[in-house]
Amino acid sequence: MNHRTFLTFVAPSLLAMLLLIVFPVVSVVLQSFHAQHEQVMEVVETCGPFGCTETTSVNQEQTLALREAQPLGRFVGFENYTNRGHLAFSEMGEAWRTSTGWGDWWSKVMNLPFYSAIVFTLTFTFIVTPLTIVLGFSIAIAVNAASRAIRGPLIFVSLLPFIITPLVGSLVLFWMVDARGVLGHAIQALAGNPELSVKASTPMMWIMLMVYGIWHAAPFAFVVFYAGLQSVSQDADEAAMIDGANRWQRVRFVTIPHIMPLVTFVALIQLMDNFRVFEPLISFSAEAHAQSLSTYIFSDLGGETRLLNSAATTSLLTVVCVGILLFPVLVRTWRDFKRA
Amino acid sequence: MTKFTKLMGATAAALTMGAAAFAEGHGCTAEGRLSIIGNEFPAIQSVAALAQTCEGLDAEANLTADHQTLNLPGMQGDPAEYTTAIVANSSIVALINEDVVRSLDDLVAEYGADIPTHMQISVDGNVMAIAFMANAQTLVYREDVLEQVGLEIPTSYEEMLTAAAAIREAGIMDSPLGGAYASGWNLAQEFNNMYIGHGGEFFEPGTANVSINNEAGVATLEMMKALSEYMNPDFLTHDSNATSAEWEAGNVALMNMWGSRTGVLMDDEGSAEEVYSNTKVAGPLMVGDSGVPATTLWWDGWTVAKNISDEDAAATFQAMAYGVSPALLNDETMGQAVWLIDGFEPQPINEGVLAAVSAGSKPYPMVPFQGLLHSALGAELADFMQGNESAEQALADVEAAYTAAAVEAGFVTQ
Amino acid sequence: MSTANPRKQPTSLRIILTGFLVLWVIMAAFPFLWTLWGSFKVEGDFFSKANWAFALTGESTRVETGGSFTGDGYYGAWVTEEFGRAVMNTSIVCFCVVTISLTLSTLAGYALSRSTYNYAFWILIAALMFRAMPQITLVSGYLLPFYEWNLWGRLGTTIVVLVAINQPFSLWMMTSFFRNIPKDLDESAMVDGCNRFQAFRHVILPVMWPGVITTGLFSFLLAYNDFPVAAMLLDQENQTMIPKIASFLGTTQTKGNVMFAVAAVVSATAPLFVLILFFQRQIVSGLTAGAVKG
Repeated sequence: MNHRTFLTFVAPSLLAMLLLIVFPVVSVVLQSFHAQHEQVMEVVETCGPFGCTETTSVNQEQTLALREAQPLGRFVGFENYTNRGHLAFSEMGEAWRTSTGWGDWWSKVMNLPFYSAIVFTLTFTFIVTPLTIVLGFSIAIAVNAASRAIRGPLIFVSLLPFIITPLVGSLVLFWMVDARGVLGHAIQALAGNPELSVKASTPMMWIMLMVYGIWHAAPFAFVVFYAGLQSVSQDADEAAMIDGANRWQRVRFVTIPHIMPLVTFVALIQLMDNFRVFEPLISFSAEAHAQSLSTYIFSDLGGETRLLNSAATTSLLTVVCVGILLFPVLVRTWRDFKRA
Repeated sequence: MTKFTKLMGATAAALTMGAAAFAEGHGCTAEGRLSIIGNEFPAIQSVAALAQTCEGLDAEANLTADHQTLNLPGMQGDPAEYTTAIVANSSIVALINEDVVRSLDDLVAEYGADIPTHMQISVDGNVMAIAFMANAQTLVYREDVLEQVGLEIPTSYEEMLTAAAAIREAGIMDSPLGGAYASGWNLAQEFNNMYIGHGGEFFEPGTANVSINNEAGVATLEMMKALSEYMNPDFLTHDSNATSAEWEAGNVALMNMWGSRTGVLMDDEGSAEEVYSNTKVAGPLMVGDSGVPATTLWWDGWTVAKNISDEDAAATFQAMAYGVSPALLNDETMGQAVWLIDGFEPQPINEGVLAAVSAGSKPYPMVPFQGLLHSALGAELADFMQGNESAEQALADVEAAYTAAAVEAGFVTQ
Repeated sequence: MSTANPRKQPTSLRIILTGFLVLWVIMAAFPFLWTLWGSFKVEGDFFSKANWAFALTGESTRVETGGSFTGDGYYGAWVTEEFGRAVMNTSIVCFCVVTISLTLSTLAGYALSRSTYNYAFWILIAALMFRAMPQITLVSGYLLPFYEWNLWGRLGTTIVVLVAINQPFSLWMMTSFFRNIPKDLDESAMVDGCNRFQAFRHVILPVMWPGVITTGLFSFLLAYNDFPVAAMLLDQENQTMIPKIASFLGTTQTKGNVMFAVAAVVSATAPLFVLILFFQRQIVSGLTAGAVKG
């Protein structure tokens, strides 16, 4: 396809992405290298319905002059990346020097907000992604083996967890796993401990979040795999059967290779989505137990004073992490592309 | 004719109120644009609805829980999208910092003769906002439960602990205390209350340098920890919604709760007769021996944008002044808030907030960097509450997190 | 495939498969049935703070309303709070996002699948990396310019933003679909004298529908379930369903109408049921035709 035709076809799509994704990303990059101006402080008297007090306030005129000179703020280079809120170079260095052992070092690292967020995010991503794929594949096999008459309703029910709004789906589950809710009671009965509360313990909360993650995403994997199963070549399967392959061997050597490209696709999308995990943590009020990179950005943007530069820095670090995570897949795609 | 933006629920009330006001001849006229941004709850809806009834206005309102994220960008443009933002003492500082709200001195002189001084919020002698309602967290208690254990109404957190122990001892409730201790904003707010109650100062005077890692800070955390022993084990996920739900289910006998929320606890909806009829409100609790109640006073008020024409500013001012004038008060609106407006008659549910004011409680600090400290507290205290680290370590973490944020925001130089 | 034939399955395997399916169906459907049932109760029962069994028996519902079931939540959401308006807005947003997004990604995906130049690969990779950017960061960056240019609050703005945010995913899916349509098809048409556009229209267009429907479903779900974009970029008049539901939940200082939210959630899921029932065959056949590749 020549360049001109190519451009005509892709122009509208590229334009939309350029305007609404590329430009904001450029501004995010700029912001991450800047910090706000130093504010000129003064002590003034503030009065209100509850009387007067002396408070510290910002001197508008002087601060305004600084701002007009440099609208982006002051350039700080990589300072935003290395400060305590992010990669925390000096704190990490100190933790390394002063730690008495690995356990002590680890607890010092986990005390830093960015690292504790990234540890949860990575754990979530690497546990939820494979389990989603396994569960989705098992459902696909099981539905495919069911009699034709009930397959329609089965597909419909299986898709339910995927189509519900994450915000609401996780909220409903949160209500149910409360120590006095129906699932909470069931868990207590199973564990034989009437005091057990999912929301009170960090490990239980992590497990809950991951179970929710798998429950929510499994239907996506299921649909993709189920579709793939429809096109498994009957000939290959029968040939394997004639060769004396048992049921498991046929799944292993015929079905799985056939749907391998689908596994890559699902893995790619799931890795990215899981890395950005956000809604369940908010709906589960999980802040005390788990913080992800996205909720970390959210708390920077949601406070009374918004920390735009910090949020920009965390966002870019997220993109870099995703890039590293997806690198093997990208290399594979490049090979496929060159072969095509 | 005024354009009514859909104000859920308050619309019908506003229509009748507007009509009543016109009938009495107290209507208002203002030529220009009015565009309100504010939080979404009945009291603010009533104010916004009444302000929009002014004749000659091009009026609209955007009341949403996300108002804090929207008001700043919405007022930074020229002309600003919003001509007025309804804010609280915590959120006005972000607008003043960014210089998007104007001094109201001229407007007060010209159109605001009726606005009493106690409603005017001034910074360095300039009126920056008009406050119209007050709020505070105070004690809510179950009369019947206290009677059962034979104790007086607690006046301090120390007495609250004693009462909690007695209630648990008597086998009435497992978790007799409630509290909005959800990690994040709520937990930080409880710290603020308790720290102020211990007589602590958040910052070194005249600077933005934080200093909470001190005796008062440690005592604050220890008291919070002691209280949490008597709370539902899930307390770190209980925001004020969940805490109120616990109350209505009859699982809690004592808690520190927002005055604006006590009305729904005392009505017959959502709880058994035994619970709602025994729900009573008292003043704020003390802690330690500082003599300052362990609570903060809050006001909600409106500002006028800087980047709008003087005509629009005048129209906005007149309309909003009318929105918070005595014309607002009727049977429907009287119970919606503790109004600062003349002619307000306190309802039984308002006793707590009024007691907090008369007990000499401190207002939530109107300091530009208080929000950064609030966020840092919310993020870092959960580790201590779960018993994972010492109080000193938790406070040191808060200070470090705050300092990193304050350096970035330009309040502190390294 | 032989597993599709139930006669050949040994009994033990059938029991395992059936047991697994039953378990999964319960896991998938139980929260929905529970919510549906609970939406006809009062808040005290739905939350069942006092005793979880109240959610089934409706103890407080009987005390408060006199009957075991109440439609108060639905009445509140639909009549008092005019949830219907939010449904309207969501319909408009979904329809426009799906249509525009599919048009753009079909054209671009076709070109990307047929181009052999390296830049086609890099465009795809760049799109993928952009998808990694957290949405809240993007949205908070939009606020200032949108207010400045008076674009904020309009449905159109939100639609364009959702289309753009959705492009990387749609582009990847459509490109994979088109890669599976043999190049010979359109190339032979071009040998016969068609230009690129004619070949696309006459040869590709008729065979691409399964892929389009599947991609469309995912675009639809994105637009339908979107919270961060709509919550930040729409004013009250144009509010869509999910931010509206979130607004029922109350704030720190005031109590919300949680049962309105529950009723609205059930109402919001109902059209999706219909959608899935209607399209399930197409979705599956679409994915089969695509045999999406990573």
